[in-house]
Amino acid sequence: MNDLLDPLLLSRWQFGLTTVYHFIFVPLTIGMAVTVAGFQTAWVRTGKLHYLQLTRFFGKIFLINFAMGVVTGIVQEFQFGMNWSTYSRFVGDVFGAPLALEGLLAFFLEATFIGLWIFGWDKLAPKLHLATIWIVALGTVLSAYFIIAANAFMQNPVAFRINEERGRAELTNIWELLTNKVALAAFPHTILACFMVSAAVIITAAAWHLARGQHVEAMRPALKVGAWSMLISGGATMLAGDQLSLAMVETQPMKMAAAEAMYNTASGADASFSIFTLGTPDGVHELFSIRIPYLLSFLSTHTFDGTVEGINDLQAQYTQLYGPGDYSPVIWVTYWAFRWMIGLGLASMLVAAAGLWFTRKGREPKRWMWRVAVWAVPMPFLAMTMGWVFTEMGRQPWIVFSLLKTEDAVSPNTTGLDVLISLVAFTVVYGALLVVEFGLLKKTIKAGPDPIEMSPPDDDGVQKPAAPATTVY
Amino acid sequence: MDLTILWFWIIAALFVGYFVLDGFDFGVGMTIPFLGRDETDRRMLINTIGPVWDLNETWLIVAGASLFAAFPEWYATLFSGFYLPLLLILLALIIRGVSFEYRHQRPEASWKRRFDLMIIVGSAVPAFLWGVAFANIIQGVPLDAGHNFTGTLFTLLNPYGILGGLTTLVLFFTHGAVFASLKTEGDIRERARRLASRAGLVAIIVAATFLVWTVVAHFSVPVLILAAIAALSLISSWFANSRGLEGRAFALMAVTVAAAVLTLFTALFPAVMPASNDPANSLTIANASSTEYTLTVMSWTALIFLPLILAYQGWTYWVFRKRITRKHIEAAAH
Repeated sequence: MNDLLDPLLLSRWQFGLTTVYHFIFVPLTIGMAVTVAGFQTAWVRTGKLHYLQLTRFFGKIFLINFAMGVVTGIVQEFQFGMNWSTYSRFVGDVFGAPLALEGLLAFFLEATFIGLWIFGWDKLAPKLHLATIWIVALGTVLSAYFIIAANAFMQNPVAFRINEERGRAELTNIWELLTNKVALAAFPHTILACFMVSAAVIITAAAWHLARGQHVEAMRPALKVGAWSMLISGGATMLAGDQLSLAMVETQPMKMAAAEAMYNTASGADASFSIFTLGTPDGVHELFSIRIPYLLSFLSTHTFDGTVEGINDLQAQYTQLYGPGDYSPVIWVTYWAFRWMIGLGLASMLVAAAGLWFTRKGREPKRWMWRVAVWAVPMPFLAMTMGWVFTEMGRQPWIVFSLLKTEDAVSPNTTGLDVLISLVAFTVVYGALLVVEFGLLKKTIKAGPDPIEMSPPDDDGVQKPAAPATTVY
Repeated sequence: MDLTILWFWIIAALFVGYFVLDGFDFGVGMTIPFLGRDETDRRMLINTIGPVWDLNETWLIVAGASLFAAFPEWYATLFSGFYLPLLLILLALIIRGVSFEYRHQRPEASWKRRFDLMIIVGSAVPAFLWGVAFANIIQGVPLDAGHNFTGTLFTLLNPYGILGGLTTLVLFFTHGAVFASLKTEGDIRERARRLASRAGLVAIIVAATFLVWTVVAHFSVPVLILAAIAALSLISSWFANSRGLEGRAFALMAVTVAAAVLTLFTALFPAVMPASNDPANSLTIANASSTEYTLTVMSWTALIFLPLILAYQGWTYWVFRKRITRKHIEAAAH
């Protein structure tokens, strides 16, 4: 009973649940904003109707998803204060600034221009209307930067001093905070992965219709766009991930050791990367594994004879530095999350490459291939989730690395019952909305792009596509 | 001027922006059961706020983040202390926000009814609870030496808190009804005007009681002046509405909400979370604020971006200035 009502444990579950949930929608919002802006640009520049169809079709998907990202985001901002008030008091001077900048610079842009885009089709000139969706896209990307910079402070605290009297961290240099090396590496990795998510949705939608021979004129080019953006952003995500690994080894070596479940320091060929391991359930003992020698050394140091510190050595170091305690995260979580992230990302790219190969020069792939392609959609979503689980769980036991432990950060006055109520409420509401959202997305994808209605011919007999309804809701 | 004091007033200004703007779209949401006789009526109402509800709500996100950055202690005490009311506000804002987008996705009447209900409840709950929360901030709540709230949900449901909640509820309702009459055409416009007139009378009685109580409890000349401005503009708005001057009635309602929020912030100053049990435990501007460096960074950002934000948001309202007619809705039948 005591455990069930432990506010710390419940708050951690709630933060994990609401963050993972929020981050189902955010990557799709970011990726889709750019996708829709891209198709609309193609429409404005070429005047080819199928680009307008794709703009409106993916625009619908974008909007169904957008609202969920917005409303679940408010929860994230409130939760720092509601459940983690000790954390908020400790870091507010540093951590609050990027959040406030995010609101002022990014959220207002997004929230204002999304309204102009949805309702402005017949009120704004085509180029101005096109600009609104690009501004929305810019807002989404900017907001990602600020929140990743805030998160980077938790991974690798920089630009602060500790004020003993006030018992808090204080900002010393905003520029240094915003150019935290972890932020600089994590931002491209995350943003590029967002484009993998939107690419997967494009591929799925295109595969669904092409398998049935519907909307071929629009969906053939859509498939190409989806597959190429998956391959390009996937490759770039890997390169950026490599940079992030280097920053991680430097700033949080324990996380890299935990990613590999490597207990003893190793160098050269012994610093191998295991693709698959069977071990005892706690991950401490290994029964069987497939290993690539040198790879971990290369990932960690970009040399083949580098040394990678193991969990045991780091634990000893940290005990000396920070006092007695367990300084390793839950190893099986980090180990498997890291592998699933990479594996699912690679599998998504494989589907895209296969799609391009089997449709080359107008070829028709076999039906089962379309079916596989339709199921490509969860993979980058899951890969992204695994990436966040890895980076956040890999930071434990710290909430701010080396400064504050998660167990010391929770609100002291919030009762277990309060948090249980909120956890259950969020789980129920989020669960129900996920079912609705998924149903609507499926329905929209299956319905396919609407035909474009043409306005009556003008004096010169030219017909233009009619603007969609301005009273959208 | 001391930056901490500047930021107290910037926070006040952000909440003024939030309540003036989201206030009327909460109000429009709450008028649906009164004004939405058929599907076209209901869609007209929702479309009056369609292009702007999200930007209105973003004022809350920015106010919250600015509170976190400028007054971390205030943010931490307030958000952890008012845990359950804030949870209800969050849940309400979630179901309301998605309903705008989901409502029109399917043609079935039962589907639409479900999301109408979520819009109505999702508008009424925050409209009430924000008043409860702010009244309690001003009145003071029990805090320990670490500035942690030591009360429960029922501590907040005291007479002044509940009166504060009723005040924001009826003010926003009236604000929304006036907005609906300003933004629609046809018989709904007239019905909205009459509804605003009836609701306005209730609002005058409730808000006047709340303002008098506030002035008596926190008397100072500025508090008195601001409360008087709020009361007078509310009454003037009622007369303007009766004479069919919808634009003027709406502007005066905006002044009412702004002056009422400023009354509360002025009554609060220079505390930010007064402790009702022991004044020594109170959070004030001085002991709740961030460092001068952080506030300097934020001040420059606000100085550069707030005018820009006001400009593009003003432009948005201008783009969507036209009234919505039944014809618009019927032409865009789903």
